[in-house]
Amino acid sequence: MAKDKSKTGHGNPVWKFFTSVKLTVVVLLLLASTSVIGTLIPQNSSEAFYIQKYGEVFFNLFKTLDIFDMYSAWWFLLLIILLAVNIVVCSIDKLNTTWKIIFPEKIVFNHERFIRLKHREKFDIKDNVSSLQSLYVDFINKKFGQTVTEKGENGVVIFAETGRWTRLGVYVVHLSILFMLAGALMGALWGYKAFVAIPEGVTVDSATLRGSDTKVAFGFEMRCNSFNVSFYDTGQPEEFKSNISIIEDGVETLTKDVIVNAPLRYKGLSFYQSSYGTDSAKNVVLRLTSNESGMGYSFKMDFGQTIDLPESGGKFTLNGFVHGYNFRGHNLGEGFVGTLVYSDTSDHNEINKKLENSATKADTNASTAQETTSVGQSSADGQSSADGQSSADGEKVDSGTEEFTAEKKITPHFHEVEIYIPVKFPTFDKMRRGHFAFEIEDYEKKYYTGLQVTRDPGVWCVYIGFIFMIIGCWITFFMSHQQLCVEIKTNGKDACKIDISGTSNRNSQGMKLRIMKLAAKLQNMQR
Amino acid sequence: MSSSHLLGITTFAYLLASILYIGMFIFRAKRIGFAATAATVIAVAANTAGIGLRWAESHWMGFGYAPLSNMYESLVFFALSISSVFLWFEYRYGNRFLGAFVVPFSAVAMGLAGLKNPAITPLIPALKSNWLIAHVVTCFIGYAAFAISCGLGSVYLLMLKSNSSSAGRLSRLMSQLPSLDTIDDIIQKTLVFGFFWFTAGIITGAVWANSAWGTYWSWDPKETWSLITWFLYAAALHFRYIMGWGGKRIAWFSIIGFASVMFTYYGVNYLLSGLHSYG
Repeated sequence: MAKDKSKTGHGNPVWKFFTSVKLTVVVLLLLASTSVIGTLIPQNSSEAFYIQKYGEVFFNLFKTLDIFDMYSAWWFLLLIILLAVNIVVCSIDKLNTTWKIIFPEKIVFNHERFIRLKHREKFDIKDNVSSLQSLYVDFINKKFGQTVTEKGENGVVIFAETGRWTRLGVYVVHLSILFMLAGALMGALWGYKAFVAIPEGVTVDSATLRGSDTKVAFGFEMRCNSFNVSFYDTGQPEEFKSNISIIEDGVETLTKDVIVNAPLRYKGLSFYQSSYGTDSAKNVVLRLTSNESGMGYSFKMDFGQTIDLPESGGKFTLNGFVHGYNFRGHNLGEGFVGTLVYSDTSDHNEINKKLENSATKADTNASTAQETTSVGQSSADGQSSADGQSSADGEKVDSGTEEFTAEKKITPHFHEVEIYIPVKFPTFDKMRRGHFAFEIEDYEKKYYTGLQVTRDPGVWCVYIGFIFMIIGCWITFFMSHQQLCVEIKTNGKDACKIDISGTSNRNSQGMKLRIMKLAAKLQNMQR
Repeated sequence: MSSSHLLGITTFAYLLASILYIGMFIFRAKRIGFAATAATVIAVAANTAGIGLRWAESHWMGFGYAPLSNMYESLVFFALSISSVFLWFEYRYGNRFLGAFVVPFSAVAMGLAGLKNPAITPLIPALKSNWLIAHVVTCFIGYAAFAISCGLGSVYLLMLKSNSSSAGRLSRLMSQLPSLDTIDDIIQKTLVFGFFWFTAGIITGAVWANSAWGTYWSWDPKETWSLITWFLYAAALHFRYIMGWGGKRIAWFSIIGFASVMFTYYGVNYLLSGLHSYG
């Protein structure tokens, strides 16, 4: 592209401002330097964090300048818009003036230009002009490009050219940036990012928008059939896999495994495996050891289920799973809670009546989500904050620890005890000194899967931009408009002097090599 | 022989090649040039074999993956990219003296890799993608070309300095090198070559991010720094092609640009936090 000023008569100073390449480089350098700020100051953190880190004064200054969310700040977007307008105006301006130069109605070769070139290949050959001409024209047509033959002094001049269209490559590059920006804009206007945690077996139809409490409906239902995490022998996670079913109008339309790097895409929405955690438990096996007889008993139980205890020990209901339990200031961790009702008199009818009256508290604790593990990123320090959901889930962690009131006496003869059975400390319940000591013999974790939900209707546009960018860069940098000039002059009878030269709008070194090779071929051609 | 043996040999071969190239330059001993190139070729071969063997070893361990997944592996690949791209330019331009300013980059990369833990560990789920190879290879071909342009940019500035002082040993040394114009031409070629591959690297990264994290761009520090670097080189190319800059100013740009590349590649991981903690 030439440095020339616009010749199309746009006297408008605003237009002139935007055609300037100086503007381009200034904006590029400004974008580069301001972008540094956002990599030094963490983006989108809480106000408390910023005040603690930078102090009141800088906090207010940064907040005024939108530094804490600088990549969507007005002044940053303004820079991007400036670049976009610059690209559009520059391209229109340049194309206006150069289109006719690039694509004239008739291609004319200027012999003078070739004569002035320094690098040329010359050799003598024993043959006459006309046979060489037909030979060379055929060869150049095939190996280089369309030829034009003109009469020269004492012979002919063959011109040829190739790659005239490659002069448009740079416009493809610039257009690609516009496609990317348009795609990004479409995503910002009509897209969203949300998060949903689905316990195994549960069906949901909406997710929570990132950074707010707003729910967005999918327009269909989805169920998490199962979640699995597998580990390598080293203990590193190998794969996180959610089996998801899509349900529309009560009919299952799709069932698919979602793993990291393989999202589920359905009706414009994409679901990414992003975190997981323990939701509850299933297939719980209780072990009871009688303090009176020394006998041991095992029971497989579901939540809410009530069993009659042996040795007339009363009744036990398994209420739920808890993520933590506060015992004298210590958190004993995950465990199960249940209600034990027993009487001094062993009158079971009374106990039954009592149980029916007290509303079952079963499965109330089952849904406190805990211990989110982020899966999208590095295993070491799981930067879940990047996904935005960890703060949402994090709040629930504290509420997971529960405390129970001690034994209640219902009537003179009946006792109702809420008991906690920790997973990690099997002898804990012995301290209660009840008829039976409860412990957990076995159970399976019930997981929930954390899915990021994305709707971005601009992705296709961005991807077109990507493709144009790569193709455009290839054309601009590695292809060129090359012109060739082969002069055949008679040099006595049946002898000619050949003089070859050529130009290229880029990569003159490459053109030099091409001419050398071509000259060698023309010299040694079979006749 | 294990891959770590081979890569140890590689480090020494690059070191030897660097010494030969620098010796050839300082003692004006053109005749050892062949040995320098041979040492580089051996180093590149050992480097390639080392990476290949590491790949095979990971398969024998039962969790095969392309060895491009952490800082150690990327440094090893960086060393390979620099010297491979350089060998191609040496062949193209037929001047061996420039090796003194380029091949040491490979030696330094291997040296840095030596400080890392070379244990082969299975991939975390986020890295299990076909985009891993495309992304890393394109980025590092770009980085390698930028490394070469930085080396040549320094040569260019040194030559300018020696030309202005006109006498002395330095200018006699410099006279062995290609002309300023030729070096300027190679700098431009490496910039353009690097820019193309680096652009492809950012794009493959964005496509990968979209399939793994659900967003093609999240202003993560690594992403942002790659864009900063891209802006710098894009500005340099506009200076060069439209405003006709060349020589000294572009030489400075190639050095500044490479500093930004190094920060993108190395600095971000240690100084800033983000998604790209694996290298």
